[in-house]
Amino acid sequence: MKKKDTLPQTVNMTRRQMIKMGVGALAAGSLGFPAIISAASDTVRVGHITPRTGFLGTLGDYGFRGVNLAVEELNAAGGILGREVDLFTEDSVGSHMAPTKAQKLVERRKVHFLIGEISSGSAGGVMATANRLKTMYMQSGANSDALRGEKCNPFTFHVEACNTMYTKTIGNWQDRAGNVKGKNFYMLTADYAFGHDLARVSTRFLTEKGGKVMENELIATNTPDYSPYILKIKEAKPDFVYINLAGSDQTTFLKQYKEFGLPFNVSGGVMDTVPFWGAGIDSITGYWQSLWYHKMPTESSLAFAKAFRDKYKFPPDNQAWGDYVAVKIMAAAMNEAKSTDPAKVIPLLESGMEFDILKPRRGHFRKWDHSLLQQMFVVKVKDKDKMEDKWDIFEIVEPTPADNESLEVIQPTVEENACKMA
Amino acid sequence: MAGCTCISPIFYRRNEMLLIEQILNGLLVGSYYTLLALGLSIIFSLGGVVNLAHGAFYACGAYLTVTITAQLGYSAAFLISPIMVGIIGIIIEMLCIRKLYPKDPILTLLFTFGLAMSAEQTFRLLFGASIIPFSIPEFLSGQIHIGDFLYSNYRLAILVVTALAIAGLWLLFNKTAFGLVVRAGVEDAEMVRAMGISVKPILSIVFAIGVGLAAIAGGMSASLMGVQPAMGNDILTAAFVICVLGGLGSFWGVVLAGLIVGVLKGVTAYYFPPAAEGSMYALMVLVLIFRPRGLLGERFARLE
Repeated sequence: MKKKDTLPQTVNMTRRQMIKMGVGALAAGSLGFPAIISAASDTVRVGHITPRTGFLGTLGDYGFRGVNLAVEELNAAGGILGREVDLFTEDSVGSHMAPTKAQKLVERRKVHFLIGEISSGSAGGVMATANRLKTMYMQSGANSDALRGEKCNPFTFHVEACNTMYTKTIGNWQDRAGNVKGKNFYMLTADYAFGHDLARVSTRFLTEKGGKVMENELIATNTPDYSPYILKIKEAKPDFVYINLAGSDQTTFLKQYKEFGLPFNVSGGVMDTVPFWGAGIDSITGYWQSLWYHKMPTESSLAFAKAFRDKYKFPPDNQAWGDYVAVKIMAAAMNEAKSTDPAKVIPLLESGMEFDILKPRRGHFRKWDHSLLQQMFVVKVKDKDKMEDKWDIFEIVEPTPADNESLEVIQPTVEENACKMA
Repeated sequence: MAGCTCISPIFYRRNEMLLIEQILNGLLVGSYYTLLALGLSIIFSLGGVVNLAHGAFYACGAYLTVTITAQLGYSAAFLISPIMVGIIGIIIEMLCIRKLYPKDPILTLLFTFGLAMSAEQTFRLLFGASIIPFSIPEFLSGQIHIGDFLYSNYRLAILVVTALAIAGLWLLFNKTAFGLVVRAGVEDAEMVRAMGISVKPILSIVFAIGVGLAAIAGGMSASLMGVQPAMGNDILTAAFVICVLGGLGSFWGVVLAGLIVGVLKGVTAYYFPPAAEGSMYALMVLVLIFRPRGLLGERFARLE
């Protein structure tokens, strides 16, 4: 922000500077940055932190748009506690930067709560910062079980589903279809916190159900070429290729796997819609697990998808859903608690208060690990000729847990993922 | 994370045939790396510019290929997009980079660095941050089985394109009057000027050829990886490593280094996958320790 003492300079600026600033302002305007004017003390301030660059940057962009839409809608409806909502955003870059950025949002921007993240490595750092600075954090995109287990803390709540939930959702479905017991799985795993965690819980699940993990290749993020691994898969002849990859790595692998035309089915420990859109309908087949899909036939979900599409000209994905819902949950809790004070809001979030999370069943947080108890979905890749547009790649097969089942069914148990709130 | 999952159960029964298959595949992948790095290398060796925006031109080639394919089909896109990127390159060279030649090399470095970042944001504004799906064109899809070996038609096409590019460039620089002037300009630009030949347009054309090559590589990678704004950044480091490995300014050095990196990555992925992406950096360290000028590097008067 320009302060008063710098004003004379801006008055005397040259034509060139003027043009430069104009172009800059235009660029900022069309990016949809929120107006960040010195925060008045009577606003409720939201700090959004997520990767906007790198291999998770494409997902982060959806989260950024989701949170912007949520704040816009809240303000149009009178804000939180009748106070305007101010949004501050940071690119978390990576796990080396994320904690510092989170600290900046809390100490400099004085945000009332943090939301965001996608990388499990970065989210761990943001969680620790939130705990240290006694600031609430709605973790909306990192999957690693360990964040809900050994790294859990009282200030963090997880809107994103954990690796076990993703694994059990598709695993139970495949198991019932007879695709786990006695089958061989060839794993490709992203070589960082998320991938390691996912390989661990996937291996546990598949082995318990009588499957066999014949190989687990650890692969660096942003790998441009998967052909050496595809040749190894060709020789190993597995029943399933099982991918524990994230972000644009999913896209790259799916495209190149299609290129080599191997006959083995692909499944995986996680599915994000954006990289699957990026891979294109020709490169994907089979059944997958989904946290949320924009054709979810509930009233509030369709309203969100429409509002998002009207604003941005393309539909939201599960990451946009996560960041959007995280803000809406926090707004509902603060309105209910009639306060922004963590001492009042946290007990309410832990009380089992139910939230509309744009799914058939409402969701609530589990008290002992702050995991959002929610439905997930088995989805099937659509026939190409039945697609309505290029984003229409899935049909929803069934929700998991089913309507008559406990929401705990797909959650990790205490034995699987113990959490001691410190 | 249990350590045991890293050591594969089939590690012990891998045979030589698989290794040979990986090496051949590595050569194929290496040809793609060569294409990436070749443009960067000639811009540096002939123009003296360390082009940090090489990845931006690569991404530009990919985005143009996607856009033009939608209008005119793949073949047209394949031809038009490198030419358009070459023209963009000439404009940028004439308007900006040309003024920086006589100055400290750090200025071209900073300029191209800024250009790369601006380009990435521009792609984000124009095309969105999402990954744009783009499939292998129908006539290049499919595979060839030779014995037990498996090759993708598309990668064989990349090999052909790379071979043609290498041959074309070599002929251009070694068998034409234009090439003669370029090589003379590298040796002694002042003397060339004294002979009454203007070096400036030559440098513009060299720059255009360099970024045009980047655009070909970008266009071809659009079908193999996702087209997204940061794609240029992702390959820039690899391209630089190959240039440094081969020896700055060495034409055949880049070709050799590209192939070596391809094979090295394949073989490392075969034996120890976690090190596959890091292997080329380890190789670079080794080469720089024993041959600071790279594998086939030449002595550069203006850098000594």
